[in-house]
Amino acid sequence: MEDIKAIIEAMIFSSDQPLALDKIQDALPEVGMVELKGVIESLDNDYRQQGRGIVLKAVAGGFQFRTRDDLAPWVKKIRAGRPAALTSATLETLAIVAYRQPIVKAEIERLRGVDVSAPLKGLLEKKLVKILGRKDVPGKPIIYGTTKRFLEVFGLKDLSEMPTLRELRDIGG
Amino acid sequence: METTAAEERLNEPGCRSMPGYEVKLDIFQGPLDLLLYLIKKNEIDIYNIPITLITGQYIEYLHRLQSLNLDLAGEYLVLAATLIHIKSRMLLPVDPLPGEEEEDPRRELVEQLIEYQVFKEALLELDKLPLLERDVFKRGALADDDHPPPAEDEALEVNLFDLLQAFKKIASTWDVVMEIDREKITLAEKMNHILTILLERDGVSMEELLVCGISKSQLLYTFLALLELAKMRLIKIYQAETFGRIRIFATAA
Repeated sequence: MEDIKAIIEAMIFSSDQPLALDKIQDALPEVGMVELKGVIESLDNDYRQQGRGIVLKAVAGGFQFRTRDDLAPWVKKIRAGRPAALTSATLETLAIVAYRQPIVKAEIERLRGVDVSAPLKGLLEKKLVKILGRKDVPGKPIIYGTTKRFLEVFGLKDLSEMPTLRELRDIGG
Repeated sequence: METTAAEERLNEPGCRSMPGYEVKLDIFQGPLDLLLYLIKKNEIDIYNIPITLITGQYIEYLHRLQSLNLDLAGEYLVLAATLIHIKSRMLLPVDPLPGEEEEDPRRELVEQLIEYQVFKEALLELDKLPLLERDVFKRGALADDDHPPPAEDEALEVNLFDLLQAFKKIASTWDVVMEIDREKITLAEKMNHILTILLERDGVSMEELLVCGISKSQLLYTFLALLELAKMRLIKIYQAETFGRIRIFATAA
């Protein structure tokens, strides 16, 4: 049991992307899925209870070690020169894509009331948004959606974990 | 808080009259944002907008904003026109056809505004999440955002013809295999594939990309994906010398 825990810990540590449960299972076929989940949970508890600077986070369909979020001010000191902030225009565009995907550019522009070529391009470059295909209407416009990287950056297990949109009718009263 | 900051920005004397400077108007994210701001400032019920008042205020703001950025002004003017149109419709006496319900000329705009507001709120929620590389960090992800083309080959831009030539050259080295099964590839997949490669590496040569493909259709799709990405200006294609190696880079952010 302890060995398995160490193995899984090493696997997650060495992976540069969130490591999917399936992948761990493939590498450890003799361990059952239920046991696997139990071990991961226990690993997660270990980190929490020992007050470590690292937490095990379930994100983007896998597991990843990350720094504890209250430690950001210190971690940033050794990572100078890398502001990862998105501009409001980019973030607005991203929010619309995330909540309304699959979506075409014209629809994003209708919702925002401005041209979104630049922010959309930025999002594609940052791999937060990807091309899903083309819509089968005249002009075959490109359909956009969010990526796994989006889930990773926002620390979401999957899209259902996104903050829920307020009901339209609740607003304005 | 936000409102006062926005107010101050607009009232700054230096803000308006600086020819030659492009001022980014990031206090408002577009015409809808400005309109929402005015509605909030006046504490107006969004379902019952006094269109004359708002149109007046909106246009007044436009006059102040107009000199800042022509491009933005264009989008702002569209909404100004919409507002004036609504205003004129509201002034006209309504004569609904029998059996048809009388429609509020403001309805469409109000729906758009509300929808926009929902996203504005969602955005704030999203921004509160612990963001990777802002609030939380994963192991040793170093900055790899900027990757200038390697100096080894002096890059010069290629035209479509060079690209086609290179493609022909590579395609001719392929033994064409007769295919029976139709492969399932989409252009979008290929485009994403290329972008993924470019995310992991500084640049990639066209040969490398086309070698990955086994079949003729793979080759064609990769080539089409390159053209599409170049058209979207997501990639840059360079060739150091005539008939030289064609290299592909992601466009710098």
